[in-house]
Amino acid sequence: MTKTVEEKQRVVVRFAGDSGDGMQLTGDRFTSATAVLGNDLATLPDFPAEIRAPAGTVHGVSAFQIQFAATDVTTPGDRADVLIAMNPAALKADLHTVEGGGTIILNEDAFTPRNLEKAGYAQDPRHDGTLDGYQVYEVPMTSLTILATEGVGIGKKEAERAKNMFALGLLSWMYGRPTDVTLQWLEGKFGGRHEILDANVAAFKAGYNFGETTELFAHSYKVEAAPAEPGTYRNIAGATALAWGLVAAADRSGLPLFYASYPITPASELLHELARHKSFGVRTLQAEDEIAAAGIALGAAFAGHLGVTGTSGPGMDLKAEMLGLAVIMELPMVVVDVQRAGPSTGMPTKTEQGDLLLSMFGRHGESPMPIVAAATPGDCFDAAIEAVRLAVTYRTPVILLSDTFLSNSSEPWRVPEVDSLPAVDPRFERAREDGGRFLPYERDERLARPWAVPGTPGLVHRIGGLEREDLTGNISYEADNHERMTHLRRAKVEGIARDIPPLEVDDPGGDAELLVLGWGSTLGTIRAATRRVREEGRSVAAAHLRHLHPFPANIGEVLSRYPKVLIPEMNLGQLALLIRARYLVDARTYSKVQGLPIFADELEHEILRALDE
Amino acid sequence: MGGGEGERGLVDTLSKKDFTTDQEVRWCPGCGDYAILSAVQGFLPELGVEPHKTVFVSGIGCSGRFTYYVDTYGVHGIHGRAPAIATGIATARPDLSVWVVTGDGDGLSIGGNHLIHALRRNVNIKILMFNNQIYGLTKGQYSPTSEEGKVTKSTPFGSVDHPFNPIAVALGAEATFVARTIDNDRQHLTEVLRQAAAHRGTAFVEIYQNCNVFNDGAFDLLRDKPQGSRSQIRLEHGEPILFDDDMRCVAVGDNGRLIVANVDDVSPDSIVVHDVHGRPSLAFALAHLSHGPTEPTCIGVFREFGRPVYGDAMEDQMRRATERLGKGDLSGLLHSGDTWTVR
Ligand code: SF4
Repeated sequence: MTKTVEEKQRVVVRFAGDSGDGMQLTGDRFTSATAVLGNDLATLPDFPAEIRAPAGTVHGVSAFQIQFAATDVTTPGDRADVLIAMNPAALKADLHTVEGGGTIILNEDAFTPRNLEKAGYAQDPRHDGTLDGYQVYEVPMTSLTILATEGVGIGKKEAERAKNMFALGLLSWMYGRPTDVTLQWLEGKFGGRHEILDANVAAFKAGYNFGETTELFAHSYKVEAAPAEPGTYRNIAGATALAWGLVAAADRSGLPLFYASYPITPASELLHELARHKSFGVRTLQAEDEIAAAGIALGAAFAGHLGVTGTSGPGMDLKAEMLGLAVIMELPMVVVDVQRAGPSTGMPTKTEQGDLLLSMFGRHGESPMPIVAAATPGDCFDAAIEAVRLAVTYRTPVILLSDTFLSNSSEPWRVPEVDSLPAVDPRFERAREDGGRFLPYERDERLARPWAVPGTPGLVHRIGGLEREDLTGNISYEADNHERMTHLRRAKVEGIARDIPPLEVDDPGGDAELLVLGWGSTLGTIRAATRRVREEGRSVAAAHLRHLHPFPANIGEVLSRYPKVLIPEMNLGQLALLIRARYLVDARTYSKVQGLPIFADELEHEILRALDE
Repeated sequence: MGGGEGERGLVDTLSKKDFTTDQEVRWCPGCGDYAILSAVQGFLPELGVEPHKTVFVSGIGCSGRFTYYVDTYGVHGIHGRAPAIATGIATARPDLSVWVVTGDGDGLSIGGNHLIHALRRNVNIKILMFNNQIYGLTKGQYSPTSEEGKVTKSTPFGSVDHPFNPIAVALGAEATFVARTIDNDRQHLTEVLRQAAAHRGTAFVEIYQNCNVFNDGAFDLLRDKPQGSRSQIRLEHGEPILFDDDMRCVAVGDNGRLIVANVDDVSPDSIVVHDVHGRPSLAFALAHLSHGPTEPTCIGVFREFGRPVYGDAMEDQMRRATERLGKGDLSGLLHSGDTWTVR
């Protein structure tokens, strides 16, 4: 049977199943095949909070969403065009994520009375009108997988486990994804275990062929490659990009990287990734607690290493004390906060931007720290390098903000040329053999003090948490000195504004009334929403902050150009508070705190409303 | 021969002065800390490690000031965190000689977690814990080593807390070197420092230190000269444990428990011979021989044994990874896995 191929501009696919169904892997493989095809894409895994939630329940549903397109993609998509539901629980949990009229592909075999009950369905949703208005395909994935793997030499239970590959095969056919990418990967993964490899390959091919040969599906789709700048690309998740950015910054600067961290969701990914790179001279240490992790990183920094610690909100609370010490000791150090929904333990696997004010003010006394925020998964790489640059140049602890969404989601990333990456000179203070007096708090033109590491003759000195006397670094409780040092510490951090790029405004017509100002992971949403608004013939300007402290020098001027300012944030208006306080601008907040990214259509709606007011 | 001479030359030229800063020492007159400082400054030249290759790290409390008075690199950290900061320094830089100075409140209360984990990891640091059984800097509250019933500003009716036995805590954390000494016994203190410095890994040294302002006389039984020596049970490796001019001893009593006895009252076979490399049970029993410094109490090295040093193991993993994979190639890393090219 010949089938027609329909061309699509952009598609959002969501794989959903039980935690044990391998949905993340399926999504990941679909992403790789999609990336190789040259589509632009963005992904978002959605894990259950419980490690082993009861099988078949809504709590145990694990999903993976990908948007891919022939044009540029800035978010994983608000709603799915296609949902693959491996069991009733997945349908129940994720039906609301499907676009009206969208496609739902169900694993028919999983719709047993027992599974329906576990999912909390009183009636079978396939027959009670729940799915009216959707295009529903029922495919007996489990039984077809078992059939396909007959003769491979594995038991029924194990054969069943390959059903995710059946789903992957079917979707690969449906969207014309190359099969060799997946087959090669399977070979690499299961090469040593022949029966398992054979079963997965058989299931994958069965899914592909099912799409091609049965009459269930009338046509497949084609999504052309998206135009992209020439170069070598790879798909990268935010956590990996951030870890690699740290490795790159250390490598380019000739500083050994020392990463100390305590296990915490979602920042543990950084520890896992960095722990693999010992051949780069990366030292990783899993500390006894969050405080120790920061202390160990600070100790390493004192000793001349690039000291980095990483955590999420609850860990930031604990590290505050050590960050204050780093502020007064004026040593380079980076602390990564992969923000998650709070307060307290909150929702550990869900995203939020709730730690901006904590980063600004969450230490006692006047304790200023520069803040850098990553905007996209790939940008985590550059943001990490920038955080290191500021830390080393200004001899200060720097907070690098990421979040759960950035950390987990992925996008195609143009691999940079290593030589093009900035290198920071650590400018270690040189040995003094002449007996001349060393002043540990003498400052350079940027107000940065010397980094004088143990082992260097002639620089022996002592620093610590008590107020330091200007220049000598001796303990001082003198009134004027404390005031001077307080101002110096602030002036040093504020001075960074002269050393960072101005805030760029995207205002194609130059006639916009409204500025959408964002920071961090909302960039993709802001881009998508402003594009839609412009496609409707309206003008809107957008600007995105990488540096949250200090702000770029021109931000006041930018704000003054727009009568209306809208700030979308996954918090209750933290950037808006800073902007209002600092620039006396009547900025309006668009807030979402559901543990989910802001969707493009939500923001589009809000922009239109603000424009029409 | 030349190298050896160089080392010798260094030892000969370093003096106490090289380890003494120009900062005015600001403990209360009569504080036991003075004697410890003087003993440490007097001992360091003997190590032959130059001041610029030595780092002192301290926390908060009267002991925390120690760093300012020793003319080496120093970090006066925050309350309880010195072992963590020192772990970072020593692990990053195995070439440095790293010392931690802490107190009973700093090390066993707010910083208890860092202390036990440094001991567990066996980081190459030397921890000197000044135990004065009181909070001095905050002006006299009971500490985690104060005895039950202790009347202080925060316990006007007497403390109801059971104290830590610092030696037992260190032994429980499997510290590889555990010792106790006394502030005013310069000879014993120096000898313990010598052994601690020679030990590879974490050395834990508890120093009974008199706080003459808030807890004067806490250690008088052991510390008073010349009477005090009669209650000091000096542990010497390989020697029978005798004290009080060899009139009393530590012996194995009924049920295998250790007891303090008159030598004449026990059979010579039952007198314990100290073995620092022996089982932890012996060291534990010795640590628990007295209920505190108000009874005859053991001083000296309780236990010493070898275990991989944390930094060594980390360096070793890096070396092996580099041997296997070659030195990290950044471009190779960034291009690893699936990539595609757009022309
Ligand atoms: S308070 Fe006690 S421990 Fe502190 S300096 Fe004075 S005497 Fe020494």
